[in-house]
Amino acid sequence: MTAPSLLLRIKNGQSVDLKAIPVLNYDEFSDLAVLLLKEETCHCVSYYAFKQENGLKFIMAIADDSQHDVIIFSHHLLNGSQFELPSLTPHIFALHIFEREIHENFGVKFTNHPWLKPVRFSQNRFNNDLKINDYPFYSIKSDELHEVGVGPVHAGIIEPGHFRFICNGENVLHLEIQLGWQHRGIEQLFLDKKKMLQRNILAENIAGDTVIGHTSTFAQLMESLSDIEITEQIQIERALALELERIAIHTGDTAALCVDAAYYLGANVFGILRTGIINFTQSWCGNRLGKSLIRVGGTHSSFTEDLKQTLLNVLAAYEKMYIEMSHLTYRLPSVQNRFDNVGNISKNQAHLLGTVGLSARMSNVMRDIRISHPTWAYSSFPIETIMTLKGDVFARFLLKRKEIKRSVLWIHNLLDNYNFDSSKTKKPIYSKPLKPDSFAISLTEGWRGEICHCAVTDDKGELLHYKVKDPSMHNWKALEISLRDVEISDFPINNKSYNLSYCGHDL
Amino acid sequence: MLGVLLILSSAIFFPGITAKVKARLGGRKMPHLFQPLFDVVRQFKKRTIYSPVTSIIFKMAPIIYFASVLVAIMLIPLGEQKGLISFDGDFVFFAYILALGRFMMIIGAMDTGSGFEGMGANREAFYALLVEPAFFILMGSMALFTGFPSFSDLYSNMHINTNLSYITGIAAIYVLMYTAMVENSRLPVDDPKTHLELTMIHEVMILDNSGFDLSLMYIASWLKFAVFGALISNFLIYTSWSIYIQIIVFYLIQFVFAVVVGMLESFRARNKMDKNPQWILMLSAISIVIFLTTLIITQKIILN
Repeated sequence: MTAPSLLLRIKNGQSVDLKAIPVLNYDEFSDLAVLLLKEETCHCVSYYAFKQENGLKFIMAIADDSQHDVIIFSHHLLNGSQFELPSLTPHIFALHIFEREIHENFGVKFTNHPWLKPVRFSQNRFNNDLKINDYPFYSIKSDELHEVGVGPVHAGIIEPGHFRFICNGENVLHLEIQLGWQHRGIEQLFLDKKKMLQRNILAENIAGDTVIGHTSTFAQLMESLSDIEITEQIQIERALALELERIAIHTGDTAALCVDAAYYLGANVFGILRTGIINFTQSWCGNRLGKSLIRVGGTHSSFTEDLKQTLLNVLAAYEKMYIEMSHLTYRLPSVQNRFDNVGNISKNQAHLLGTVGLSARMSNVMRDIRISHPTWAYSSFPIETIMTLKGDVFARFLLKRKEIKRSVLWIHNLLDNYNFDSSKTKKPIYSKPLKPDSFAISLTEGWRGEICHCAVTDDKGELLHYKVKDPSMHNWKALEISLRDVEISDFPINNKSYNLSYCGHDL
Repeated sequence: MLGVLLILSSAIFFPGITAKVKARLGGRKMPHLFQPLFDVVRQFKKRTIYSPVTSIIFKMAPIIYFASVLVAIMLIPLGEQKGLISFDGDFVFFAYILALGRFMMIIGAMDTGSGFEGMGANREAFYALLVEPAFFILMGSMALFTGFPSFSDLYSNMHINTNLSYITGIAAIYVLMYTAMVENSRLPVDDPKTHLELTMIHEVMILDNSGFDLSLMYIASWLKFAVFGALISNFLIYTSWSIYIQIIVFYLIQFVFAVVVGMLESFRARNKMDKNPQWILMLSAISIVIFLTTLIITQKIILN
């Protein structure tokens, strides 16, 4: 057993030589993982495998929030050896999704895993005979129960996903979510596309609602792999864009929750407010979602003092209307009545499920990359995180409001104390080669939660493997658990209050 | 005959006015007053599509539903004018002809074999069951108050002139208004605008209807509102007024009713589904209060 002091610890956005990552045998690997993950301050940000010439290499990255670094260790499964490993899921439930993914992609059998359900039917899966259309859903044989299937084609404009409810009358006994319809092979495309700009645009399209989150994670990763130093202002601009994205999406979610509760006044006003923020992003970079704003090594649209003035005006108008409307909405008895005590997730459940981001903070679990693994911008302009206690729909609804307020405050503090100047930024750098035989990890707190990208390069400095982990990977399970013994008619507000990503999960 | 014409004509304006009010209060641009009418005309031009798993019941349901509302309209009097059909105990017939329509809707929805529609039908049947006592206790109290068991006699002999009867009058209007909201699947019990099939009640039952059938359902729902508007306006119209004033007051009350429906829907969220039964039973409770008050007024209970 390796003593924890000898572990490889790296910072967020740092790269290391691939050989520096300790290779343990599986017993040591699993003992260490369980030992570390029993700590409340540690959680697994990524655990994946990729093919090498002589077998499979497993890499686990565990974020240690107290030490503000990420512990990396690995394990090697040689070709010819039996692809059967004892599962870690019975000890650490949050790892279930990673093991399922490894099982699906490489056919590694994890013994004692409670349910090796396919994750997304990826195109490079181990067993191509398994088709998403004949997936056998979990079922309970009983005359009293009935099943309700929703999707993958939905009323409205949401993404495809299938929800299978087993109901006892109006109450849901069990919800099973099957995703994968949005699978585009993003991770493989990162390897196929050799140009940095192509990859950059690819990162923007991982999830349309988290453009800034995913792209800044990607950019940070590539910069660390090619030793590019970016200027302070660019770091600040990225954080600013991230907070604007958070404000815009949270406001939009508040509007959507109002629609679901049939409170159309709130829906309309919050919808208008969101438009103000995303229109500012458009005037900044030419795209309302922030596409083309973040580029590796620099930017084409630097923030200026003029834009600062515009932003201050936009925020002033936003705040005035937002405060007025949220006072009305959050205190409206019928809204409180609709959202309160629905879909609770306790602190213990949240720990077990390994929820991240907003879905963790709503059950009083502290998970915030901006604080535990801050980038330069967040360490120089610190943000305070907020948690709520109850973990129900109202907690999620309330947390959105509180986070919006906190982000607006943070932006004000930043704008008051930093002088923007386009000479302090650089143009993007696409041509610098990546370091050979390296591993890098990059974490960002997107509006939904922590986004983790990992990359491995080969001896020529080409990308050997690229791994994306959207916060939704963990959080979809929380939605399933939220629905236990809840009325089926409360599913839409639960789903909307989490607002998880289908394409971020399906990749 | 006049009553029927008035109800039909006011029904044309009803959804438009409600939609306008909701848009205005919601901070949006108002739709055209006749937008719902244009939508229905558009639907009428479309072909009706029937799922291959449905039977004749599914095709009959919209027509019977529509017809049931039309028959219900014929029972409503206006001032001195009797309804086209009028007999003792016609309000029982009124309630059950509407229930027949609803029954057809429910079995029509079940006929599609869809999990959603069965769920909606189940909810609709449950809420209809709960709202029924409210209406009957109210009508029973009024029959007791006036001593006449038919709509036209009941309304023409209603004299609201004492303090207690003012209270019962207001309470009765409240009950009728919310009964109309429940009957038409509006807020706070249901939300006609929702796109979430899992939270729908009425809307989910008509998911498989299209074209002509769907238009009939829409029109029937407008007519239902106008019918309840007429029931309310009969409370407030005095038979001693001249017929022209009665007509003007009738339209005015329908207009106010449409505006109030729009307002009620603008300033609140809908109920959680499992709180709906409790909320609907509240209407029955108010009806019981009306009933007890009526007993006091008619001196069946003597208070010392």
